[in-house]
Amino acid sequence: MNDLLETGVEEAGISFVLNGRPVRHVVPVRRNLVDFLRHDLGLTAAHVGCEVGVCGACNVRVDGAVVRGCLMLAVQVDGLAVDTIEGMNDSGEIAGLQRAFVACNALQCGYCTPGMLMTACELLRQNACPSRGEIRDAISGNYCRCTGYQSIVDAVALAAQGGQP
Amino acid sequence: MSGPLEQADGRLIGASVPRPDAQRLAAGCGRYLDDLSPHGVQHVVFYRSPFARARIHAIDVTQAAAMPGVSAVLTGADIATVCAPWTTRLALVTTHVSASQTPLAIDEAYWQGEAVVAVVAATRAQAEDALEAIEIDWEEVDPVVDPEAALAPGAPTCHPGIATNLALESHASRGDPGVAFAGAHRVVARRFKFGRQTGVPLEPRGILASFDRRTGELDIQQSHQVPFQMQEIFAAQLDLPLEKVRVACPDVGGAFGIKLHAYADEIAVAAIAVLLGRPVKFQADRLESFVSDVHARDASVDAQLAVDADGRILGLDVDLLFCFGAVSVYPRSSTGEALQAFSLSGAAYQVPAFRGRVRGAFVNKVPTGAYRAVGQPIANAVIEQLMDDAAAAIGMDPVALRRLNHLPSRPDDGSMLLTPGGIPLGPLSLDACLDQVLERMDYPGLRAAQADAAADAAASGVYRGIGLCTFVELTGVGASIYGPNAVRVAGKESVRLSLAPSGRIVCRTSATEQGQGTRTGLTQIVAQALEVPMELVAVAGGDTGRDPHGGGAWASRGIALAGEAALLAAADLRANILAVAAGLTGKEAATLRLAAGAVVDAGNAQLFTLQEIARFAHYDTIPIKLAAIPEMTVERSYTPIGKPYFAANGIQAAHVEVDVGTGMVKVLDMWVVEDCGRVINPLLTDEQIRGGVVQGIGAALFEECIYSESGQMSNASLADYLIPMAGEMPQIHVGHVSTPERETSLGAKGVGEAGTVGAIGAIWCAVNDALRPLAQTVWRQPFTPAHVLDVLHHPEARMAPVALRPFDGDGSAVEN
Ligand code: FES
Ligand code: FES
Repeated sequence: MNDLLETGVEEAGISFVLNGRPVRHVVPVRRNLVDFLRHDLGLTAAHVGCEVGVCGACNVRVDGAVVRGCLMLAVQVDGLAVDTIEGMNDSGEIAGLQRAFVACNALQCGYCTPGMLMTACELLRQNACPSRGEIRDAISGNYCRCTGYQSIVDAVALAAQGGQP
Repeated sequence: MSGPLEQADGRLIGASVPRPDAQRLAAGCGRYLDDLSPHGVQHVVFYRSPFARARIHAIDVTQAAAMPGVSAVLTGADIATVCAPWTTRLALVTTHVSASQTPLAIDEAYWQGEAVVAVVAATRAQAEDALEAIEIDWEEVDPVVDPEAALAPGAPTCHPGIATNLALESHASRGDPGVAFAGAHRVVARRFKFGRQTGVPLEPRGILASFDRRTGELDIQQSHQVPFQMQEIFAAQLDLPLEKVRVACPDVGGAFGIKLHAYADEIAVAAIAVLLGRPVKFQADRLESFVSDVHARDASVDAQLAVDADGRILGLDVDLLFCFGAVSVYPRSSTGEALQAFSLSGAAYQVPAFRGRVRGAFVNKVPTGAYRAVGQPIANAVIEQLMDDAAAAIGMDPVALRRLNHLPSRPDDGSMLLTPGGIPLGPLSLDACLDQVLERMDYPGLRAAQADAAADAAASGVYRGIGLCTFVELTGVGASIYGPNAVRVAGKESVRLSLAPSGRIVCRTSATEQGQGTRTGLTQIVAQALEVPMELVAVAGGDTGRDPHGGGAWASRGIALAGEAALLAAADLRANILAVAAGLTGKEAATLRLAAGAVVDAGNAQLFTLQEIARFAHYDTIPIKLAAIPEMTVERSYTPIGKPYFAANGIQAAHVEVDVGTGMVKVLDMWVVEDCGRVINPLLTDEQIRGGVVQGIGAALFEECIYSESGQMSNASLADYLIPMAGEMPQIHVGHVSTPERETSLGAKGVGEAGTVGAIGAIWCAVNDALRPLAQTVWRQPFTPAHVLDVLHHPEARMAPVALRPFDGDGSAVEN
């Protein structure tokens, strides 16, 4: 049961494909996508850092493109496909990146990491062999307050080489 | 006796092993505060004061209380029925008098962002809807916002609970500074302004509180650094027995000192749980974080340095003024930044004569508190810029001037070196760090290239600069501060080590983790000391209900203190395991040792695996022929004893480019050579340092809490408050010199703040080095493009002449 139904607030039914499986839900129309995923569906990998679209912690993939979960409404994904880090972890799609992140210690508190992996995955799909400068540009919409970014650049470069550490 | 380190040196301790925790976090399986939602949890949101100061005449919550989903709307008076007020006090700093504080403002609010009313509802959205329906009859009062004006004679106070806005005043002197300055070959003087900052952990603060009326137990989950401190505070404020309060920290999404304090709004949430008897959760959003998390830095400093004709320092004179908030943050106070900046002034150098004054002012702004490297970046930036000024004044290379004046590597007689501010330091390695940094950066090469480019610079408008910052850093601080000041915060860290019935090693520690890698470091230490593979060691912490008592995380203490405790505990557990093996075999324990997860005898024959020892010790004790079965759980704690902290040191260097057309500063490269004693895990250590450097670069160039004249923070969102992004950050080159700490067998000093300690100073020096051909200097940090353009083009925006107090008649000075 969705415990976030809110009396007096307009709601809508949506159906979409979540991590490869069809799902249907009723959501308040004002509810943003990341809150819906986290609090209604229990998919807590996408995090909330700024709520204004600048930090990238809430990144999820909608119909193949990475979007800010805090800037999109849940009702907007009606009929679309949504992928979260949980699904990409289970499918093995980001296994190489994850191995490289661990090997390079490209995370400390880990709060930015799901959003960072999401962005890095999109980069590597578009550019299999990015330069360090291109990696830095690509992840510049993802804040990390803990690392010095350098290890993240190292990790993405390592994953791009398909490399084991 | 050969210690555990000697037995297996170089295998795990010192190895770049990755963090076991990292896999879980990279799989999206972090478990942060907002990920926890027990059944029936209610969400708390706060109505926060929109004014820097305003009287509250009436609060009408009737409409809000009737909104959908709302279960309670509580005012300060409601919360006061179960929660006592508190006053921040330091027994030894008697001049520091803070007004009494309550969880929610009662008659008056003293800063924009102070919580006034709490709404509790089934969802956060419903609670936020109800905020709109709260009616408050306010009367705005003129706020006190400027620290100088706040301290002027006859100034109104920023709070009726204090007699004066003077929050702190302290003096120190050494030698005869009057004579030193009068007889100097050159005196350089400068004004510094350090902007107000905040820590911005990517995960905002949060707390989940549940009170069980049947048992009287308060259970808290909190995104925090110091659970034992919070356990004390919740128990005291809510009048509960300490043992009935449990505070546990789930994964914490960054902290940096910001999550070290007892915030009034979080105490309110615990009180609401007691009042309502049901679980309640507060997850701050980013907008309220900016006006409710502690702020930091915010100082102006006038300082002068006297040198002789050879460049030797004769005297240092500093006058620091800090801008606090309306009250002193609880329970450790807002004085740390000011006192640490003061006591570390000139710390890396031989300074025969010193005079210093530090003051703090209460104003109607967000309270200030600890943020990474507390005060130390200020101390370092001041002396390093003065060193560069002095070098320029006498025509000497800044490197040569530093080398000439550095404290020696260790006192000849083994005694402690004393900083000008009176802090004793152990052995340092300043020249060794300098040598290494110069080599890594190719200092002569960079200087030659700078000279070659000088002609082009005038044409292109792009000037390059090189800056160095020598630093001394205090780590593991606490033992001498909190207890003597009657603040109930543990200076020690503890480790409880068990050989579990499974045969695995379970380690619980008081040291908490927010991503630093402390747990991994402890795993390496324990695994090596007990000769077991890392996979057999499980380290956990952050829970007052399960862990041995201790501090938590601040002042880079995890490995330095808890690491030593782990080593001591491992030695005890090893002895007990070997005793059991001796009792089982009749062999002498002294002839046995641990190797590869097993007990072996003098001939290296394996006698028992640890699983077998665990089985005997826990389930089958009769065959152990001893009078008493040794414990399979041991607990040890450690706190520095010979001195109140460990002194680490190092050098940072920055290479920057300043575009005088746009005012943009670009950091081309940063170098850090750091001496944190024994390095347990270079992979983790280096990225800790880099993360710290990036926070320092953020401070130097971007980050500032900007206030209007009416006391409003005008850039309180992550879209307006700039923090560093990957694209503008340089490569950061890290090197190490290792002078193991003498007091411990582990030999590690803290490293978490090293990156932040020197970055502002290095960049300050580099930017002014770049601008030297133009005879202008930046003097306000952050060095934004606007500030750079201002000092270049607007004479009125340049640094005002610095007039320090005359040396005669300074009767308040105290010798140290
Ligand atoms: S929370 Fe969505 S971008 Fe920061
Ligand atoms: S690892 Fe903490 S924010 Fe990136």
